[in-house]
Amino acid sequence: MSTPQAMPLAEALAVIHQYRADAVVITTMGAAREWQTLEPHSKDLVYMPSSMGQGPPLGLGIAIAQPDQRVIVVNGDGCTLMNLGCLVTLAAQAPKNFTLVVVDNGVYEVTGGQATIGHPTKRADGQPLNLADLARAAGFIEVYEFDDAESFRFEHETLHEPGPVCIVLKTTHQTEDISARSPGPPTERIQALRAALQS
Amino acid sequence: MFAPEEFISTLTELGITHVVWIPDTTLGQWDEALRAAPEIELVQVCREGEAWALAAGLYLGGAKPIVVIQCTGLFESGDSLRNIVHDYRLPIYALIGYRSFLNAASLPGDTCLKFTEPVLDAWALDTVFLKDESMKPQFAEHYRKCTEQQIPGICLMAEGAA
Repeated sequence: MSTPQAMPLAEALAVIHQYRADAVVITTMGAAREWQTLEPHSKDLVYMPSSMGQGPPLGLGIAIAQPDQRVIVVNGDGCTLMNLGCLVTLAAQAPKNFTLVVVDNGVYEVTGGQATIGHPTKRADGQPLNLADLARAAGFIEVYEFDDAESFRFEHETLHEPGPVCIVLKTTHQTEDISARSPGPPTERIQALRAALQS
Repeated sequence: MFAPEEFISTLTELGITHVVWIPDTTLGQWDEALRAAPEIELVQVCREGEAWALAAGLYLGGAKPIVVIQCTGLFESGDSLRNIVHDYRLPIYALIGYRSFLNAASLPGDTCLKFTEPVLDAWALDTVFLKDESMKPQFAEHYRKCTEQQIPGICLMAEGAA
């Protein structure tokens, strides 16, 4: 069996960082850790500490309150599995200014790389769970999948298409340097985001 | 306890812009009126944990949301509630229906009666408990107090049968 193609998480995040424009970007788990290596922005929320799976509804609330503000939530596949219902909530609310990016590496990276229940080794059919199909079934119309950073970069305008948009990025499992990285006090960071949103 | 129009007029007076909810038998009686209320947007979620995070996002974006769920949803909400009101200290307010408090006939031995109040105590949330009709005005008073102090708050509302 050949190894499916996938991109390093850092390269995927670099594309989002480069083309975010003035979007709010909420990052979770492994993406939250890696996002901290990039130039910060007043509309960043490194969602740590988090409630696993609640990044998308948090972003959805901002998107509903501020319909002219693009919101991008970068969620892991494990986080997405933790709260699959949010796909249905997002599709029902259908905010035009919302983009869900799912970085899919099939493992819980921050806890040491254990396979999620969607990993081919855990599934009866031996096939990887297709998160893009799940998003479509939930009601997303704009769904994209990329397994290399150059294709994603080339199609970066998908980040800002009328939403809700779901972009699934196949990423490699990072095995080195996955130690925790603190983004600082959560109350100060959330208030800073609130101030940025209301300025 | 609250007639639909009465509940909506209270929310409107309080300046609430969004109701983030999952209805139960009692709360669901407000559904039609909430959908028709011009000043209020009803946002339904799939599970109650989502409601806290979604309300937090609304608050960050400048809206004035309220979470409306049943106590069983409070039990489901645990980690999300902890994250929003304790990690991030966001002043989210919720109205929680207390299943079986007034009448446990359809669910004899309903353990909601055993766990609802201790769970609210455990989460260290400022709570007002409406046990009967005469206490209804305490909802708006408590909401105003929590808003003024910028703290999260709960209005626990007694319900009848499930």
